[in-house]
Amino acid sequence: MNVTQKKERHLRPRWVDDIPLYLMALPGLLCLLIFSYLPMIGLVMAFQKLDLRKGIFTSPWVGLDNFKFLFYSTDAWVITRNTVCYNAVFIVLNMFLAVLLALLLSELISRKLAKTLQTIFIMPHFLSWPVVAIIAFAFLSANNGFLNKIVAFFGGPERTNWYMEVKPWPLILVVVTMWKGVGYSAIVYLAAISGISQEYYEAAMLDGASKVQQARYITIPHLKTMMTILLIMAIGGIFRGDFGLFYTVPRNTGTLYPVTNIIDTYVYNAMAVLSNYGMATAAGLYQSVVGCILIFISNKIVSRIEPDNALF
Amino acid sequence: MAKTYNRLNSISPGWNIALSVLLTISAILCVAPLVLVVVISLSSSSSLAYQGYTFWPSEWTTVAYRHLAKTGTQIANGYKVTIAYTVVNTVLSLFVMSMFAYVLAQKNFKARRAITLFAFFTMLFSGGLVPSYILNVQYLGMYNTFWIFIFPGLMSFYSCVILRTFITSSIPDSLFEAAKIDGAGHFRIYFQIVLPLFKAGLATIGLFKVVGNWNDWFTGKLYITEPKLTPLNTMLTRIMDSISFIKNNAANLNDDQIKAILNDMPTESARMAITVITVAPILFAYPFFQKYFVQGLTIGSVKG
Repeated sequence: MNVTQKKERHLRPRWVDDIPLYLMALPGLLCLLIFSYLPMIGLVMAFQKLDLRKGIFTSPWVGLDNFKFLFYSTDAWVITRNTVCYNAVFIVLNMFLAVLLALLLSELISRKLAKTLQTIFIMPHFLSWPVVAIIAFAFLSANNGFLNKIVAFFGGPERTNWYMEVKPWPLILVVVTMWKGVGYSAIVYLAAISGISQEYYEAAMLDGASKVQQARYITIPHLKTMMTILLIMAIGGIFRGDFGLFYTVPRNTGTLYPVTNIIDTYVYNAMAVLSNYGMATAAGLYQSVVGCILIFISNKIVSRIEPDNALF
Repeated sequence: MAKTYNRLNSISPGWNIALSVLLTISAILCVAPLVLVVVISLSSSSSLAYQGYTFWPSEWTTVAYRHLAKTGTQIANGYKVTIAYTVVNTVLSLFVMSMFAYVLAQKNFKARRAITLFAFFTMLFSGGLVPSYILNVQYLGMYNTFWIFIFPGLMSFYSCVILRTFITSSIPDSLFEAAKIDGAGHFRIYFQIVLPLFKAGLATIGLFKVVGNWNDWFTGKLYITEPKLTPLNTMLTRIMDSISFIKNNAANLNDDQIKAILNDMPTESARMAITVITVAPILFAYPFFQKYFVQGLTIGSVKG
């Protein structure tokens, strides 16, 4: 190998050999340049009062007005609180339930049953948000909804319009998210559990350890590093909400905004409904900057625990 | 999943039954919401009017589906757009990303570090929704064109990293070197050695893309108003929006206006039928490709 390389280097410079590599990377680099880097220039809109007819660079500059408006209103606080708190609950609950599900599935004696059940549990992951929203509507609709039927069966009030009641929504959103995501998250833990050597369990069994003890002292400790890393990674993304969930399932209902508006839906509504481009960009920039800082911090922590799993 | 389970160490038969029953009930509860939608799509409008949404309507009918088959040119169009979006974007993007991954896998390539940094930064920081929207609409002229489905989603660095992991783990370095000694250029190595050898990697990323594209409703919502170019999932959000519109504006609209909107709108069972035919292809397909999703997820989470 070295010999041929040396020979070739005599004939033509190294970079000529590398031309095909540059060509192969080119389409990808162009995509990133156009669709990831060019929009970053557009972030200047956060400091402008954008007039679409004038374009990005000729619109009047307003300094930090967009940010002042955002942070002086209660909006910034509400959307930040909602984004972070929902994500925190989603992350912790999802991990707990996914590990539990993986533990239970791995104990089933019939592998065939376990496999079939796993296939069913990951099904909701493959549904799109509009479909999930319609499924939710089948339950929550005031006139025909199934939930009102259950409530009435237990003697509760009839015909509650769930899309007008603020209180139950945090619970509804958590239930929908767990239903959609837990089965899928369990996949990773199932794979990890199957990778644990059987010898540990055999030794434990000979020492008379019960199944619960085995889970507690063998399985969970083995999953610990993975759980920690997934947890920290998830915390790195805590500033990014799931737009599909918060937009489609509550059907973008204004009454529910105090508990359903997150940064992502706020940016969308500021842009698409209010056409306040400057403000929408400012809120997006706020999200990007804080999100970036959080990724850096979480990655730093991960690289301390398990350098192999660090992003950089 | 554990291949070698130890018979002695498995849970007692009694516990096994209890656990099986518990998990089976959970699984039934897990599919029940979707079953409800399927049942509503098969309920007659009179039983919906009397009973509301139930799992066991008094009258079953396939009239909603027959109606859609007869009048659903828009649905047929939605299918066409969704399939074209899914296929074209997935194929092109696999091509772009696998070439990029091949470059990332070349340990001796001088510019590799610079290219990685350039691409990696896009994972950390983004311009966000508004600048992308303005760029795509005002400067690239992709509003109401099919191209909006194809180009912006071509490249994901994260997927490239997973693809690179597939290349480096399934194709030994010595194979590349042998090919180079035989005088094969990079393009030849990529097409004749790499592509055929890492089908599993392409399948994994490709399937993630297929599901993502099929389920993408937001691109259509943001950039498409032309009915002919509206994907199925965007159509679903439009239908839901028009219901909300009537609800919220019922006081301001007169009866004729409401009637006009209602006439345009599919009946309750038809709405659910549209939902069912939107998800059906994915739901029938995913069990067969489950192994690739598992593979992609475990590689992604371990070597991300």
